[in-house]
Amino acid sequence: MNALIHPMPVSAPFRSSGFLVLAALAALGFGFAMYRFIFGLGAATNLGDDYPWGLWKALNVAAGIAVAAGGFTTTAFVHVFRRSAFHAVARPALLAAALGYTFAVIGLIIDLGRYYSIWHPLLPSMWQGDSVLFEIAMCVMSYLTIMYLEFAPVVCEHIMQTEAGSRWSRLALAADRLLSQVLPFLLVAGVVISCLHQSSLGNLMLIAPGKMHSLWFTPVLSLLFLLSAIAVGFPVVIFTMLMTSWSLGRRPDIRLLADLARYAPPLIGLYLAAKVADLVIREQLGLLVAPGLRTVMFHLEMMGGLVIPLALLLSDGVRRNPRWLGAACMMVVLGVILNRLNVFLVAYEPLYAKRTYFPSTAEFAVSVGLIATLMLLYRVVVHYLPVFESTRQERLT
Amino acid sequence: MNLNRRTFVKLGLAGIGGAVSGARAATAEEPGNLKDGWGVLMDIPNCIGCRKCEYACQEAAGFAVAPIESFDDKSVFADHRRPDVKSYTTVNAFRSTTDSVAESQANGKFVYTKANCLHCLEPACASACLVGALNRQPNGAVTYDAAKCMGCRYCMVACPFGIPAYDYHDPLTPQVRKCTFCFDRISKEGGAPACVSICPNDALTFGRRDALVKLAHERIQSRPGEYVDHVYGEHEAGGTSWLYLSNVPFEKVGFPLLENRSPSQLTEALQHSVFKHWVPPVMLYGLLSVIMWLGKKQDDGRSEELPDSNHQNVRRRTNSHRRLPELCAGITEGGHS
Repeated sequence: MNALIHPMPVSAPFRSSGFLVLAALAALGFGFAMYRFIFGLGAATNLGDDYPWGLWKALNVAAGIAVAAGGFTTTAFVHVFRRSAFHAVARPALLAAALGYTFAVIGLIIDLGRYYSIWHPLLPSMWQGDSVLFEIAMCVMSYLTIMYLEFAPVVCEHIMQTEAGSRWSRLALAADRLLSQVLPFLLVAGVVISCLHQSSLGNLMLIAPGKMHSLWFTPVLSLLFLLSAIAVGFPVVIFTMLMTSWSLGRRPDIRLLADLARYAPPLIGLYLAAKVADLVIREQLGLLVAPGLRTVMFHLEMMGGLVIPLALLLSDGVRRNPRWLGAACMMVVLGVILNRLNVFLVAYEPLYAKRTYFPSTAEFAVSVGLIATLMLLYRVVVHYLPVFESTRQERLT
Repeated sequence: MNLNRRTFVKLGLAGIGGAVSGARAATAEEPGNLKDGWGVLMDIPNCIGCRKCEYACQEAAGFAVAPIESFDDKSVFADHRRPDVKSYTTVNAFRSTTDSVAESQANGKFVYTKANCLHCLEPACASACLVGALNRQPNGAVTYDAAKCMGCRYCMVACPFGIPAYDYHDPLTPQVRKCTFCFDRISKEGGAPACVSICPNDALTFGRRDALVKLAHERIQSRPGEYVDHVYGEHEAGGTSWLYLSNVPFEKVGFPLLENRSPSQLTEALQHSVFKHWVPPVMLYGLLSVIMWLGKKQDDGRSEELPDSNHQNVRRRTNSHRRLPELCAGITEGGHS
């Protein structure tokens, strides 16, 4: 499984200005999260009986899981479909996904009213199998476990390299050998489980048809969610690697990323086609010109998140230029994030609504803080563990 | 015979006594038996907006409640009030559609409706709850068990009537709050919900749901033109335990127009189709495994000699992205610098 030629921890100065900004945002988010735990959701958020779900559910949980799809798509691509040329992106993608899901769960804990009961779905006596959320909970729990197990060989490698000859090293070797027997089965299971819950997240809002705007409500929303998760997989991995290279002062392997980017347009195109076909079949094309904020958000999602980046990524010149490639991939990622925000927040029309929901300062602070903490952790892990393919310079020193 | 609320309850109980003495006991225990539940029929024209039901509800729920006289305050009707964490039922006033606002205010002709959990036959909230904290009981009440609840509030998203309220002010033990159908009271012989018991004007009738449906239709037939020819709750959202008769169109007095099927039908159909005997996930697993296995045989043919044939950590692979000169120079891996 770990077939990188020379994976190494990344050597780069730790305390850069970007690091400090992220740390400040993380600390701020932590402070506001404590405020939520001490004073309650009512004090910290703009949630209400009319809007039970807000920014934390829509952005940190739903969009977080969608964007973490880079993990399963890369795993499927590199390990199941055996495109071993792209091995170098497998570990960074896995780390990003594992952290993404972890922070989605942390965001969920902050949003739950009775967060100390979050373990309840582990008890068979509490299983309510008709619930879409039940399936999502079970899938996320198992997939998180699988991802941690998938990442364990990286830790084992680190131990074997740094504690060579010790008892820990022998333990790590044994663990690594055991894992390499089990991981092929877990990998495939992880891909299947990902498909299940990425699509089920689309089924969540279908329990409230009367409260969902017709631009987004469709019985095939689960298919659209799955297609968008697959479509965003490579763009998010490419964008992550470009950002990491940029922040670490390394040159990205642009040939590799450009080759990976070639696979993005068909997947994005498939999702775009499905969205358009859905509107046509449901005979809701007229909504595209109906005045209102929702129409604007829909067009933003379609044009900015799909049409424009698709056109860009079709061009070889764009794919081989780090800045343009990064911009195009970022647009796809933001487009999918916007889609989740649209489905869970913008499309939601409560009965008897007397106000429109807009997140509070605390909600923004916690959301941003969680993302900043995730990026910080990513930075720390790649500094200590062999995740990234080493550069020639690093190997020489 | 003057069919008032109390007489009806007595008749209903007598009828039930006869039925239960048969072999109904077994089916009565099943929560899924939709016909064997209590219900309430609200006769909207009979409601005078006295709000004594709000008082009785708060008192029965154990909340600190203002004196009953304070509920005569009509100024609260200026706002449309929804049930919240301290008031599981609320009465709202709607202008009678035949009069202008000024006329309604002058002659006080409003239409009053009472909002609370309708205790659906196929509750969307119960279908949504992943830990089973919300359940439809055999007697028809949809009850909430805080001990199971995680506070995810998906039930609030699911409810097609927008009923459940939440203790957002409580940082430690928040609960979902809604009408309990006075479960303890109705479980006792001769008991009825507090709101029904206190209603002074026969706007609320408590009894067996199927009997109430019949009663409602009979009332429409016996007084032609007085009621809209529709029993709200008979079929809406798959049918509810609380039924309504109205003299004005229901959508004008705050009732959402809903389809005749439970919202959970779509989501449950989607979920069940994917997990039908686990076939789709298992087939996908099998397909991906085959692809992976087939690829492995190809890969084995392409890779260079492995340093340790038992050790599956492949260290060398032919790969167009590797720079051959460096490989050949034998640069070793190091620890972290």
